[in-house]
Amino acid sequence: MQGLLPYLINGVSVGGQYALIAIGYTLVYGILRLINFAHGDVFMVAGLIMVYSSATMPMYLSIPLVLILTVVLGFTIERAAYKPLRTAPRMSLMISAIGVSYLIQNLAFYFTGGLPQPVTNPIPWISENVTVFGESTKRVTLVTPILTALLVVALVYFINHTKIGMGMRAVSKDFETAQLMGIKINSVISMTFVVGSFLAAVGAMLYFTNYPSVAITSGGMPGLKAFVAAVFGGIGSIPGAVVGAFLIGISEELIKGLGYSTFSDAFTFALLIVVLCVRPTGLFGEKVTDKV
Amino acid sequence: MLKIENLQVAYGGIQALRGISLEVPDGKIVTLIGANGAGKSTTLRTISGLVKASSGSITYDGTELLGMPINKILEAGIAQVPEGRRVFANLTVLENLKAGAYLRKDKDGIEKDIQWVYELFPRLQERSWQLAGTLSGGEQQMLAVGRGLMSRPKVLMMDEPSLGLAPLVVQGIFDIIREINRQGVTILLIEQNANMALKTADLAYVLETGRITMTGTGAELLADESVKEAYLGKKRK
Repeated sequence: MQGLLPYLINGVSVGGQYALIAIGYTLVYGILRLINFAHGDVFMVAGLIMVYSSATMPMYLSIPLVLILTVVLGFTIERAAYKPLRTAPRMSLMISAIGVSYLIQNLAFYFTGGLPQPVTNPIPWISENVTVFGESTKRVTLVTPILTALLVVALVYFINHTKIGMGMRAVSKDFETAQLMGIKINSVISMTFVVGSFLAAVGAMLYFTNYPSVAITSGGMPGLKAFVAAVFGGIGSIPGAVVGAFLIGISEELIKGLGYSTFSDAFTFALLIVVLCVRPTGLFGEKVTDKV
Repeated sequence: MLKIENLQVAYGGIQALRGISLEVPDGKIVTLIGANGAGKSTTLRTISGLVKASSGSITYDGTELLGMPINKILEAGIAQVPEGRRVFANLTVLENLKAGAYLRKDKDGIEKDIQWVYELFPRLQERSWQLAGTLSGGEQQMLAVGRGLMSRPKVLMMDEPSLGLAPLVVQGIFDIIREINRQGVTILLIEQNANMALKTADLAYVLETGRITMTGTGAELLADESVKEAYLGKKRK
């Protein structure tokens, strides 16, 4: 058991990073009923921006820059690739999302020359080593779950207790009636992309602090796993995405700890299949009673 | 006064409205009756800005509404209670009312109007913290009407408020419509329940396949033989 403790701590941290990405999937799905396949790539781009900006400017500039540019990217994707398809069938929207995903990867290929960009200047304080329960780990491992929890609490407050949050919930239920209330659905939809991209940017900064480099495919795996987490928790539900992400992160790391590293990815995707077969609505699947 | 002139609307090749003209004078209850597919809902949806018209005009106190964004039309004082209630099932009763006041900034006024709606529908106050999806059909209709009132409209348009409700509940809804009207809100009512609608209305229009075929006071149309036969289910003697 003692041997598994560092894996557990790591798992909580990885889970937090998945959660920050998973929320982006679940928020967008909740409103547009769209699996935003480009979300993992937005996460990757945030990592690249971090690498480039931290190499040339101080932290107090590079961190806000990563957040701002990633948010602008998410906003632009929605306006350019999804908004024109508002009345199109959902399949068109999904294909557009896949197109955006490849477009971003190819643009990233163009800028990086296809080479993984080394993380030469990781964010200082969180990349220092600390000792927990006799094990050495980077401080980011401890910071991630705390920061994730704070952001999730802030997000839930935003959605449940602010006017625009109420607007988001109304739009997620019924576009047309929301419009009749004077709610501008385009601003609300943009808002969900802004929030989702912001959280993905935070997740990317935490995630890539633990990795030696950012490659153009780096968004793929964490993006997919976060997507599984969102489905596992019940897509559309924020608590679901968070719980799902932590469960997957912890399970993966524990499997590694038990010596089955080869199977840790397979476990996640096997879980996806099982969830889809047994309980397609996930743990907290949205099932609001609606008498008609 | 809300005035529609020669309004034409086409959906993907189908001519839903073939040039209708009607007037909704301030302070009155006006009803638009007709069978399924006659274009009643299309009329309301075009006034609200949800559907684009191909030609004609819709003015309110002289201001052209056609082409205005939906939220501006609401700001101009015209609100709609959509067909099938369409309450936000995932929001509480209170939040649904607040959603109705989404464009308003006057917190005190909103608070006062919530109390006003609660006076009109005491049942909603009892259920204020319940999710709207858990309400009964009649209560959802009350909520939909209350939500529509929360923008403080000058004209409230209602699309089939009696749809799928028990007769006693329908009576209650029509009583409320009269009460709201008495408090100064102009009503444009669409109904299949022609009998109730005509008894309530000051002015009525009959819509048939995209055209207005008859107009008169509610009482006049109630007495009309062809209306009786077509909409009230009474055989000609």
